[in-house]
Amino acid sequence: MSKEGVSDSTSHHKKALFLSIIPGLGQLYNKQILKGVSFLVLSAAFILVFKDLLNLGLWGLVTLGEIPFEDHSIFLLVYGILALIVVVFGLGFYCFNLRDAYKVGKKRDAHEPISTMKEQYRNLVDNGFPYLIMSPGFLLLVFVVIFPIIFVILLSFTNYDLYHSPPAKLVDWVGIKNFVEIFKVDMWRDTFFSVLAWTLVWTFVATTFQVALGIFLAIIVNQKDVKGKAIMRTVFILPWAVPAFVSILVFAGMFNESFGAINRDILGFFGIQGLPWMTKPMLTRIALILIQTWLGFPFIFAMVTGVLQSIPQDLYEAATVDGASNFQKFKKITLPLVLYSTAPVLITQYTFNFNNFSIIYLFNGGGPAVSGQNAGGTDILISWIYSLTMTSAQYSKAATLTMLLSIIVITVAIWQFKRTKSFQEEDMM
Amino acid sequence: MSMKRQKIIRLTLTYLVVFVMFVIILYPLAWIVGSSFNPGQSLSGSSIIPKNATLAHYKELFDTSKSKYLYWYWNSLKVSVLTMVSTVILVSLTAYAFSRYRFFGRKNGLMTFLILQMIPNFAALIAIYILATLTHLIDSHLGLILVYVGGQIPMNTWLMKGYLDTIPKELDESAKIDGAGHLRIFFQIVMPLATPIIAVVALFAFIAPFADFIIASILLRTEKNYTLAVGLYDLVAKQFGAEFTTFAAGAVLIAVPIAILFLSFQRYFVSGLTAGGTKG
Repeated sequence: MSKEGVSDSTSHHKKALFLSIIPGLGQLYNKQILKGVSFLVLSAAFILVFKDLLNLGLWGLVTLGEIPFEDHSIFLLVYGILALIVVVFGLGFYCFNLRDAYKVGKKRDAHEPISTMKEQYRNLVDNGFPYLIMSPGFLLLVFVVIFPIIFVILLSFTNYDLYHSPPAKLVDWVGIKNFVEIFKVDMWRDTFFSVLAWTLVWTFVATTFQVALGIFLAIIVNQKDVKGKAIMRTVFILPWAVPAFVSILVFAGMFNESFGAINRDILGFFGIQGLPWMTKPMLTRIALILIQTWLGFPFIFAMVTGVLQSIPQDLYEAATVDGASNFQKFKKITLPLVLYSTAPVLITQYTFNFNNFSIIYLFNGGGPAVSGQNAGGTDILISWIYSLTMTSAQYSKAATLTMLLSIIVITVAIWQFKRTKSFQEEDMM
Repeated sequence: MSMKRQKIIRLTLTYLVVFVMFVIILYPLAWIVGSSFNPGQSLSGSSIIPKNATLAHYKELFDTSKSKYLYWYWNSLKVSVLTMVSTVILVSLTAYAFSRYRFFGRKNGLMTFLILQMIPNFAALIAIYILATLTHLIDSHLGLILVYVGGQIPMNTWLMKGYLDTIPKELDESAKIDGAGHLRIFFQIVMPLATPIIAVVALFAFIAPFADFIIASILLRTEKNYTLAVGLYDLVAKQFGAEFTTFAAGAVLIAVPIAILFLSFQRYFVSGLTAGGTKG
């Protein structure tokens, strides 16, 4: 300290940084007493409060417990994740402390006045404000969204199921055994690929139907010389206005084989024998696609109607002058404009149906059952995961499948948001 | 002449298509309304216009000793309203911070939100189920609301941030020069200008929990705590057909108010969704 002078003042930042290995000392060295003391107290409190959690959690995360009945593997896993989150927050604070000491040291080296107590307080309020107002939402997000995601990722590398269920049994890390089994064991592989195939067919066919019908109806209602547009638009929105779970349950009643209106009233009216809608997988699938079309088209209809009304009329007038036919106008003006402005929303319709659990589960519980596999004939990935979790307690397999499903969804999502305007326009810096 | 003929054919086809669609849309709705007035518990021998129409099923639903329907209705409203209020508060604060401040970690935060928005929050349903069991939040509405609000934050934050970005920053800067504090700028300058997007976020945050089945069915265990989606499913699944007319009455009582509410706010929905789609 005695050498502290103008000549080697350039080393303030190094000294401050070095002293900050213990948070607070660097700030004290920089003569920011209040800041230094509060940093010291904070880190001491941090270590004191979280010492046990960190110790137990990190140990638990590695071993998942050693003695049955005494160590609860899943509790230990939860503590482990909590410990990880605490460590991340701690490291964040630590980096901030190092950065702060370094920066203030630099300022001193450059002989700039370091901020006084009052300025420090103002700075703290100004810089801290965004963190302060974000923290409630962010904390909730960490605990109900991010926490479960980490939990699922870790779970997929364990053997947690009915036979390895705490407290009587311990859960162990098994590496990528679950992933291997899904692709190697016959029953799992067959089921996985048949469910995946149906999920993709379902997503593609049901969504395309509802999009096509929505666009088609919007265009024909929007013709200039059609009367009664208001009532048409209201009725066409109705299936969207009724909560989906209500409509799906109503349809489940209508398609019921013994008393449903489809078999009894409609097919009966035409003298056709009732069809086994709920017991033949192919018929259930057809019914599901029809119902989803009914449920999904109004949204597309409403959106496309909005777009159509905003297309300037002079485009069409110019086309008429040039001698374009109605079909040419549709193909060259209407369709490109509609698709261009609705494309991002149309893609979300596909991802929505990919995970459209309600309709599959509420209509027929994913059934009917199919021999040779442990998923129902109309189960999509998400409903299969649900039944693995809720009825057969195959937690680790369900987690593995969730990982596979998330990889698909995230790939599509990243491809999509790379193309969205806002992502490129956002002043990310 | 052929022009006129073409027009007539085109219009006739149009009206024909519209008529067929009207039948397809209205038939299921008429069927369920008709069923709800049918006497007896099962549907055998019923018709869309019942001969001896009865209000018995509606009365049964309102009788708390026979049916838990009123509880379910109350639970659904409670959960949806609380989710809506909490979401609006948290999302406005978060979106305001992202839109108006440049702080360390902002870029990563926005990226995280963008990716989380893509994953439906029930994808982690195993984790939600196990964690709720461990924390004793299973079968509680508090747990349900927390999961809903958390799941709503990423998408709605982006939606609202996109809107706040369009409000000129000069407004808050001049207010700052005039000596307004952070909170004052937020409450008195920015929030009043953001009412349209607040309405959209509020609607989304209300409808999503109301219509949700999957998370509610994982978390809620006792009949008295069910929300409408879980309760109605239970009513149907328990003894299918045996209580179908009661279910029909319950369905009508949900569909009518929600449909009216929805039709009156429909404009906002479309604009909000398209804004969200093209902006974020």
